[in-house]
Amino acid sequence: MKKIVIALVIVLPVVLVGYFLLFKPEIPEAPDAVETNVGFVYVGPVGDHGWTYRHDVGRQAIEKELGVKTTFVESVPEGADAERVIRKLATSGHDIIFTTSFGYMNPTAKVAKQFPDVKFEHATGYIRADNLSTYSARFYEGRAVLGTIAGHLSKSGVVGYIASFPIPEVVRGINAFILAMRKVNPDAVVKVVWVNSWYDPGKEGDAAKALIDQGADIITQHTDSPAPLQVAEQRGVYGFGQASDMSAFAPNAQLTAIIDNWNPYYVSHVKAVMEGTWESTDTWDGIKSGMVDFAPYGDAVSADVRAAADAVKQSIIDGSFHPFQGPINNQAGEQVVAEGETLDDGVLLKMDWYVEGVQGELN
Amino acid sequence: MYDILIAAILTIITAATPLVYAAIGEMITEKSGVLNLGVEGMILVGAVCGFAAVHFTGSATLAILAGLGAGAGLALVFAVLVLGFQASQVATGLALTIFGIGVSALLGQDLVGIAYAGLPKISIPLLSSIPLIGPLLFNHDVMVYGSFMLVFAVAWLIKNSRAGLILRAVGDSHDAAHAIGYPVIRIRYLAILFGGGMAGLAGAYLSLAYSPLWVENMSAGRGWIALALVVFATWRPWRVFIGAYLFGGLTILQLHAQALGVGVPSQVMSMLPYIATIVVLVLISRDINKIKLNSPACIGKPFHPTS
Repeated sequence: MKKIVIALVIVLPVVLVGYFLLFKPEIPEAPDAVETNVGFVYVGPVGDHGWTYRHDVGRQAIEKELGVKTTFVESVPEGADAERVIRKLATSGHDIIFTTSFGYMNPTAKVAKQFPDVKFEHATGYIRADNLSTYSARFYEGRAVLGTIAGHLSKSGVVGYIASFPIPEVVRGINAFILAMRKVNPDAVVKVVWVNSWYDPGKEGDAAKALIDQGADIITQHTDSPAPLQVAEQRGVYGFGQASDMSAFAPNAQLTAIIDNWNPYYVSHVKAVMEGTWESTDTWDGIKSGMVDFAPYGDAVSADVRAAADAVKQSIIDGSFHPFQGPINNQAGEQVVAEGETLDDGVLLKMDWYVEGVQGELN
Repeated sequence: MYDILIAAILTIITAATPLVYAAIGEMITEKSGVLNLGVEGMILVGAVCGFAAVHFTGSATLAILAGLGAGAGLALVFAVLVLGFQASQVATGLALTIFGIGVSALLGQDLVGIAYAGLPKISIPLLSSIPLIGPLLFNHDVMVYGSFMLVFAVAWLIKNSRAGLILRAVGDSHDAAHAIGYPVIRIRYLAILFGGGMAGLAGAYLSLAYSPLWVENMSAGRGWIALALVVFATWRPWRVFIGAYLFGGLTILQLHAQALGVGVPSQVMSMLPYIATIVVLVLISRDINKIKLNSPACIGKPFHPTS
């Protein structure tokens, strides 16, 4: 027994040191100090066809338009590992580091404090500092456009909504969708199915099947895989793509898709670093800035429906319309926002109730 | 209502089929006394290879075979490590899952974003036009029929055949089996390969029929559910089958219940399949003597032919 313990005491450190020498995280060598260097931390693989993929498209836009060097580390778990990766990027000569998932908030804030000369930008969080910005997109504006299209094209007036987790971001999207849909078809309803996952192609597809079986003739989703759209294509109903253009999976069924377009934001903020004008900001942009973008309309969207959808986009851009302007009723049919009033960002960020037209209870 | 019921049951069948394949395969592996925790990894490799085969050759038959072969191939790595080198089965199995997730993502890099129409349905003439039973039982793709036949075959084999007896002997007491002259290591190799092949088929079903596309990590934990099913079904094929359909069924029914607007928290709904499957299987298999009878006594133990 004693021998084993001694052997372990000797062997373990050797193994550990060997492990760290052999399997160092793949962070490229320190880039040139004179140029501007940009680092990205991704939560998923760049091939997820969704969230991380769209951030990586933004990174490529920086390289193409500004000719600067970028570095990325993909599939970084949220937590202690993230802090190590972010610190490594900060110490290896990066001037600005984008951390692209909510769970990177605390690690980013911690590292930002230790490296006051490096700029940090964190997506979807709320902690800011002099060298730490936050940014996110108003996807609910896009949902309002989708709802408008659904209002025109749904014959049954029933839309199936495949949702991930009951957090304000998702609830806001559901509400914006049905509010816009009922402006076109006042009797429309949305059936919501929570799959309690961001990503489970099989279950997302099953949810789509269940919703279609129960009379939904349009499917929309706040989960990340193209499986629901594929089901819509097979069953001959319509749907909307999520995060990126998914028409390859549903050439007939995809009416349009909300596209996360981070390119202009990334390019302008890296440019600001290059010119020395970067400031800590809190960005929540929508259709106007192009951060919320759309895939081309599918063939099923007729000219007048396109015109109606474009009109909603235009009115959101010029500020004459807000997806959450009154009158808004809650599920019980009581007016909660009066005519002429609009919900402010504070309320939107905490939204935990359904508007009229959503079936089911929010727990 | 009739239409919804039929539609729901059809969806249940597609949800349960991958679990049936993976769990029955793992059950055979465990019956031989080997615990392979790499099911999730083998499913993913089967899924990506099946999808790649159908994309590059257009042949569904080749795709199914590719899934089978890929799963068995990965299982062979496991078998060499645990049988040849006597590595820990638990650690090797976990490593196999992690390896499978990574290697399937690597192989599938260029397959993301490609669509496939799905395996063709085979309607059995006459039988498929019987009301109710016809659409439920006789209008599926070849892999669903295959899963039914697999359960029949495995149940018969374990209970009634000499091969089944030998397999159980090896799993219950490898020393005794060795002493009376059975090639323990060779039998375990075959059982591991069979388990891997079935996990590969489960993966192929995911990427060819269930949701016909390839995306990373698309099995989303089904391998772990299959592993749990085997244990809770106390290593009996028909109970594995019941468990798979119960789990698949409740997963689908809770989605329907949500769409109908039943006022139960969605988190509770999502838990339901897990809780109900465990409760039901534990209740029907609560006889401690029968559990001892059916569970392979040598599971997880390494075998040294010299001793």
